[in-house]
This record gives sequence, C-alpha cells and structure tokens, in this order.
Amino acid sequence: MIRIEHLVKSFGPLEVLKDISTEVDSGEVVAIIGPSGSGKSTLLRCINLLEVPTAGHIFVGDVDITSPKCDILKVRQNVGMVFQHFNLFPHKTVMGNLTYAPMKVRGLSKADASKIAMDLLNKVGLAEKADQYPSRLSGGQKQRVAIARALAMEPDVMLFDEPTSALDPEMVKEVLDVMKALVRTGITMAIVTHEMGFAREVANRVLFLDGGYLVEDAPPDVFFSAPKSDRAQQFLEKVL
Amino acid sequence: MNLDFGQIIPSLPFILNGILVTLRFTVLSALFGFALGTLLSLLKISNIKPLRWFAEFYTSIFRGTPLILQLALVYFATPQLIGYKITPIEAGVFTFSLNSAAYSSETIRAGIMAVDKGQREASMSLGVPYRPMMLDIILPQAFKNILPALVNETIALLKDSALVSTIGVLDLMRRAQVVAGQTFLYFEPLLVVGVIYYVMVMGLTQAANVLERRMRRSD
Repeated sequence: MIRIEHLVKSFGPLEVLKDISTEVDSGEVVAIIGPSGSGKSTLLRCINLLEVPTAGHIFVGDVDITSPKCDILKVRQNVGMVFQHFNLFPHKTVMGNLTYAPMKVRGLSKADASKIAMDLLNKVGLAEKADQYPSRLSGGQKQRVAIARALAMEPDVMLFDEPTSALDPEMVKEVLDVMKALVRTGITMAIVTHEMGFAREVANRVLFLDGGYLVEDAPPDVFFSAPKSDRAQQFLEKVL
Repeated sequence: MNLDFGQIIPSLPFILNGILVTLRFTVLSALFGFALGTLLSLLKISNIKPLRWFAEFYTSIFRGTPLILQLALVYFATPQLIGYKITPIEAGVFTFSLNSAAYSSETIRAGIMAVDKGQREASMSLGVPYRPMMLDIILPQAFKNILPALVNETIALLKDSALVSTIGVLDLMRRAQVVAGQTFLYFEPLLVVGVIYYVMVMGLTQAANVLERRMRRSD
C-alpha cells in the first residue's frame, strides 16, 4: 500500500530523514516510535506530502507521489491524517467538520455526506455532539471527531501523528479504543506514538527511528522483547 | 454668542439628504476596498515573488502619498489622461477603494498569518484545494480575528469621505458648506453635520458589536 524508497528529507542544512526504505502492506498497522527529534513525524508527513521529500520515492498504491506529475490532492483524499492538536475547524460544527471535505472535494450531496458523518459519529460515540462547536468538546472528544473527519473521506490509509500526546491522561483510553476498533476494520494505518503498550498490542510491525535513520523494522514481540540495536535497547529501558 | 439655528431649519432636509450620499459612498468604498484588500493580502503571502513585490509596491504608494492628492489626481487627471469624463462620485469611490485596499490588505494579511497553521494542514490532508481552503477555512477565521480592525478602517473611511467635498460631491460636508454660503452662518450647519457624523460612527460601532457577538457563537 505504501512503499518508501531511499527517502531523504532536509530542512536547510539539517538532514532529518536519512535514506529510509520500507513498505507497508494493505491492512497492515505500523507503529513508528523513537526519541523526540528522530524524524518520526516528518516521515509520516512525507506520506501525504505535508512535507516534500528532498530525495527518494514514496508510492501510495501505484502512484509515485514524489513525481511532479502526481495529483497530490487526489492522493490526499485517499490518505487520512489525524494530528496531535486535532486541528478541527473551530468555526464549523462537529457535523460541519465531518461533511465539509466530502461535499467540497468528493462532491457528495449534503444528505449523503450527513449520512456518512452520522454513521461515523455513532461509531466514535459522539452522535449527540453533532451540532456542537469543537470548543465545547473535551480533548478526547475532539480527537475522536478528528478521526471521524478523516474517515469521512473513506480513505484507504490513515496516518496518526501522536494522536494522544496532547490529551489529559484520562482521555487517552477513549481515543485508543476508537483506534483499536479502527484496526479491526482492516484499514492500513501508520501511527507515530509514545504509547508503547498500545503499539505492542495493535501494531503488526514497529519502525524504530533514531537520528533520522530507520534503526529497526520488526514485529512488536521481537522489537519489545529482543531489540537488536543498542539504541533501541536504551530507548526501551527508558520508556518501559 | 449669537447662534441662530432657526435660520438653517429650512436647509435641514438638504443637509439630511447628504447622509445617503455619504453612506452610499462609504459602503461602496468599504466593499470594493475590502475585496481588493483581500486579493492583495493573498498576493502578499503568495510564493510567487513578483506578485508579492507588486502588492507591497502598491501598498507603499497608497500609504506614502496624501489621500487628498490621490483624489485630486484621479478626478482631475483622468480626463486629461484617457479622455473619460469621470464623475466626482466615481472618482471618489475609485480612489477610496484603492486607498482602503492598501491599508486593509496589511490587516488581512496579519489575520491570515495568525490562523493556526494546523488549519491549513488539516485542509490539505483532506485533499481540499487552495481556493476553497482559503475561502471556507482560513479567511473566515482570519476575518473573525480582525473584525475590530476592519471596523476601524470603515470608520476612518466614513470620516475621510468628507474629503470628496473638495471635488464637488454633494456629501454631508459639502452640503454644510453650501448652507453656510447661503446663510452666512458657519457654526450651525457645521455643528449639525458634526453631530450626524458622530451618530453614524456610533451606529456603525454598535452594528459591529452585534456582528462580533454573533461570530463568537462558536467559541
């Protein structure tokens, strides 16, 4: 579903990602972990071109999104993203947040978009908040709405950029529960996270980044019980 | 002190009719100025350097010269330049729109920059193209933040509109002068239009407060 070949990303003289190559199969759930500043978020943001790669190729489906001919808007419609700080549209209601892009971008009628939206709000347990503005929601509720908003475009791939890092501890679970339910639907997911327990439980594979290098690429059992690199061992000692 | 308001009472309807002239003038200039200012602000944040340069040069010209000079240039020089006999009202609305656009473009640009960049990223990640992203997501939030500044700009326009009296538009100011010329009374008609300007500005401020409260619904 996603193939990354020799990806390099620099911000000016600073090389943030160094020759990253990996693949994510359809339906696979990949957790991206590592210390802060290791390039996790940048890697994720390259997959929908919020960051433009400096070198290398990224394929989403069959499309080379780094090719200048690629219609990136089309690709983004198929790749949903959830942000650390939710980024809901504050001037639109919850319903407005969910229906905006499906109507504007996919050209759905208001009725069709509302139906999809209501269905998703039910799934994330927030149907009764449909007419509220985001400012009236708690952090956990905002993030569940943000997940529903991304899903409303019916993407094949979902990217999560530290979805629980900005939440109060008691709200983390409700968001993780929604994500677990999502895993069961078989959608392809890439998750940058500091929730090791969650990564271990739901991920098919763990990518460990450090200093811009992809240091380990292993199933969670292997990674968490017997990491190969010293750097990953040190990291796990600190966080587990 | 020998004030005689009695003498200008017959001229009151004449003066009051000027309210419409001033108001129409202000509304038109504010609308055109706002639209053009929005366009300029988008040029100012664009990635294309010549567009940025153009917008900045434009702003520097209109901020760097007196408004009354711009007005005189447009009104008196246009017929000489292109042979079109421009009416005072046209010259006024044209000049004031261009001038107001220069000022409001800076305000709008600041308002756009103040919108959280996550809003842009969220729109992009949903595949929303640039135009609808700006129109539906970024600009509404920017305008909400800069509404007080835009009201100030409109108030300034309303008061500065008195300058069009210098090219012969029969606005409030000019009507006061006409009445003064007829009656040889200066204080009374000028005081009357002064009060009218003041009331209009207060009304505008109140209207803006109502609008602001409505827009804060989502907070």
